[in-house]
Amino acid sequence: MKMKRGLKLLALVGALSLIIAACGGGEGGDTTTTAGGDEETTTTAAAEETTTSAAEGTTVPAGELGTVEVAAGEPIKIASAQTISGDTASLGEDQVRAIEIAIADKGELLGHPIELAFDEDEGCNSEGGQTAATRITADPQVIAVIGTSCSGAGVPASNVITSAGRILVSGSNTSPVLTSDLAGNEGPEHHEGYFRTAHNDAIQGAAAATFVFEELGLTNVATINDGDPYTQGLTSAFEAAYEGLGGTIALSTAVTADQTDMRPVLTEVAAAGAELIFFPIFQPAGDFVAEQALEVAGLEEVVLMGADGLLSDTYVVLPQTENMYFSGPQTPTGDAYDEFVAKYQEAYGEPPIQSFHAHAYDATNMVFAAIEEAATDDGSGNLSIDLQALRDAMHSMTHEGLTGSLSCDEFGDCAAPNIDILQNTPETADIAAVRANILATYSAEQLGF
Amino acid sequence: MTEAATVDARPARRATRITPVSIFLWALRIAALAIILYGSYLSISSGRLTASQWRDLFVFGISTGSVYALIALGYTMVYGVLRFINFAHGEVFMVGAMMAFYVANALAATTLWTSSPVISLLIVLVAAMATSTSVAVIVERIAYRPLRGAPRLIPLITSIGASFTIQYLVRGLVGPSTKAFPRVESLRGTTEIFGLVILKSQVVVIAAALVMMTGLYLFVEKTRTGKSMRAVAEDPETAALMGIDVDRTIVKVFAVGGAMAGVAGALWGLVFPSLNFFSGFLPGIKAFTAAVLGGIGNIVGAMLGGVSLGIFESVGPSLVLAGYEIPAFSQLKDVVAYAALVLVLIFRPTGILGERLAEERT
Repeated sequence: MKMKRGLKLLALVGALSLIIAACGGGEGGDTTTTAGGDEETTTTAAAEETTTSAAEGTTVPAGELGTVEVAAGEPIKIASAQTISGDTASLGEDQVRAIEIAIADKGELLGHPIELAFDEDEGCNSEGGQTAATRITADPQVIAVIGTSCSGAGVPASNVITSAGRILVSGSNTSPVLTSDLAGNEGPEHHEGYFRTAHNDAIQGAAAATFVFEELGLTNVATINDGDPYTQGLTSAFEAAYEGLGGTIALSTAVTADQTDMRPVLTEVAAAGAELIFFPIFQPAGDFVAEQALEVAGLEEVVLMGADGLLSDTYVVLPQTENMYFSGPQTPTGDAYDEFVAKYQEAYGEPPIQSFHAHAYDATNMVFAAIEEAATDDGSGNLSIDLQALRDAMHSMTHEGLTGSLSCDEFGDCAAPNIDILQNTPETADIAAVRANILATYSAEQLGF
Repeated sequence: MTEAATVDARPARRATRITPVSIFLWALRIAALAIILYGSYLSISSGRLTASQWRDLFVFGISTGSVYALIALGYTMVYGVLRFINFAHGEVFMVGAMMAFYVANALAATTLWTSSPVISLLIVLVAAMATSTSVAVIVERIAYRPLRGAPRLIPLITSIGASFTIQYLVRGLVGPSTKAFPRVESLRGTTEIFGLVILKSQVVVIAAALVMMTGLYLFVEKTRTGKSMRAVAEDPETAALMGIDVDRTIVKVFAVGGAMAGVAGALWGLVFPSLNFFSGFLPGIKAFTAAVLGGIGNIVGAMLGGVSLGIFESVGPSLVLAGYEIPAFSQLKDVVAYAALVLVLIFRPTGILGERLAEERT
């Protein structure tokens, strides 16, 4: 009996290994990865193997990260990892559409079709980011990932994707931890191979703080974050800049993203005597703060201010967000952008729904430009893309995109952003009107970056 | 014979009382109390919050707590009769709240909403109750009745499955976006009751919860149906022998629990006017906590547990944690709620009113 069970197990293991081998073989068949046959190379190709495979083709400098080979006629694969479900879905959906438009605009890359091989949901949290990144990196043909939407998902995703040698280019991560504080100090979660076209929140925090202190003339404010890297990074950037200007942070507190009863925390804000609450969090927690703030004794006159995470069409229609201020990236202008918006409108039947579509479009095009730079053709249409050369290309390029001129610093910040301060007034009926109601614009240079 | 047994039992019991475990438990209780009292002392003596702000925190807690209590009733009644936790109950609540949103939204477009808010709120309430009741009964019929007599863990796992099923059915039906309740103009602002300034919406919530809970208590204690529920809870086999239709009674228990969850859903919309398909999860877990806190299986216990949990959650962080100058203590609201549960359970392992469960039914 025992023998039989042992045999069965052996047979099962044997069958499984056959299946695995077959799958591995299949992949090797339709696209030549490095040094065929070796399972190891499907995830991270080692240097020596790269050299041998490169030696057969044209003269490719042997990078340390390996190469991705794309056979003639095969598609060049990129992936998207955005939040496409839940409360933050509009943030990710907007960017997925922009990526699709960028792919359609490009048409062909070096004679190869472009395939969006993955449209993963990072769920705007770290578990989602980890899962999406792991699934994407399991495919050795994916060269670059456009994402993530949320910095919280970006922390694990940046680690997983860059460790696998690929690049991650985000259109809407803004937390300083992912790159640097723009004063030369590397962020704790920065990994080489991570880039972003969105602004760094060190700039947004400073812009919001400058506006509150200089334009609104308020000197005593409270901040609320929800523990997510984006909200924490932005509130601490705001606090640092605000105290630097001479203001007082009456209370720096936090809620949880799924909290509904904000009245106790707002009572604390009232007790601290804050004149303004800066709460760069997401929906629905942001809804509850706005709805309940005006009901708490002592906060009848308080000024509310949020950031780009709350600039959505379902948020600005809430009656309680009337007169609320927002900081956010400048909406691009110019003919190229208008053309993009027209394509967006035509393809999806509505104007852009969030703030970061242009950034995602630029991110995708930067990836295309970097692939064009890093790839070598063996003359018969077989491409070899050196992953180290790809990173170098990202660092050295200056890309003229919809959001301006992008060139990446050593920590992966590519944007030289302008931050708009907006206000939701009774006259602004929808998100487009709010975006157009600009009270002030701060450039990175103006804020001393 | 019996006398001898009791005489024998006493010294034996006393002997078991002083063990290392009981010494540890007492030390734990004293330490916990000392931490809470010292934190509260520090916090109150700092004068950070005014008396009226402390009072506001209590009122916020009571209004959230009444909603928890209404949901907790469903957990506790089902547990009392079937001895398993119906984890789908949070979703029954969410479905009620969702229906309340759609009805309120439709009504808000009419003049009825502003001209007679009482009638419109009643319509919203009835619609939410009807929806939640039907969902609770359907879940009982599909997911639990076929498992009658199966080990208790099996319906428990099924209830988790039912919970996900309802959540994602609703997500499929109405989409993942957050929905904002229309405002009731006449419920805006504050009113004064016994010298206390309270938000009108909270007055409505507390009053409605009180009425519903009193009604439920009278229903269970005074009516024939209530009597049959109690009989089934006591001993289903004997109840069946006495001519009570056990299945019918169980359906009624689910229906009543569902109706309470529906009321809770509609009231939730008044105090926290945003919801999505996932909104039932956290209140459901909190209400389950409240039911355990009050002594699961006990109806009055669920009410007490709900209101006390609401107060702990609302006052606790500002009272105890702020005293020790813990940064961003408001974020630890849930920690305080569950710590309160643990604390109550180390003092009273069966919950505040959990006497009845001392004799465990087999």
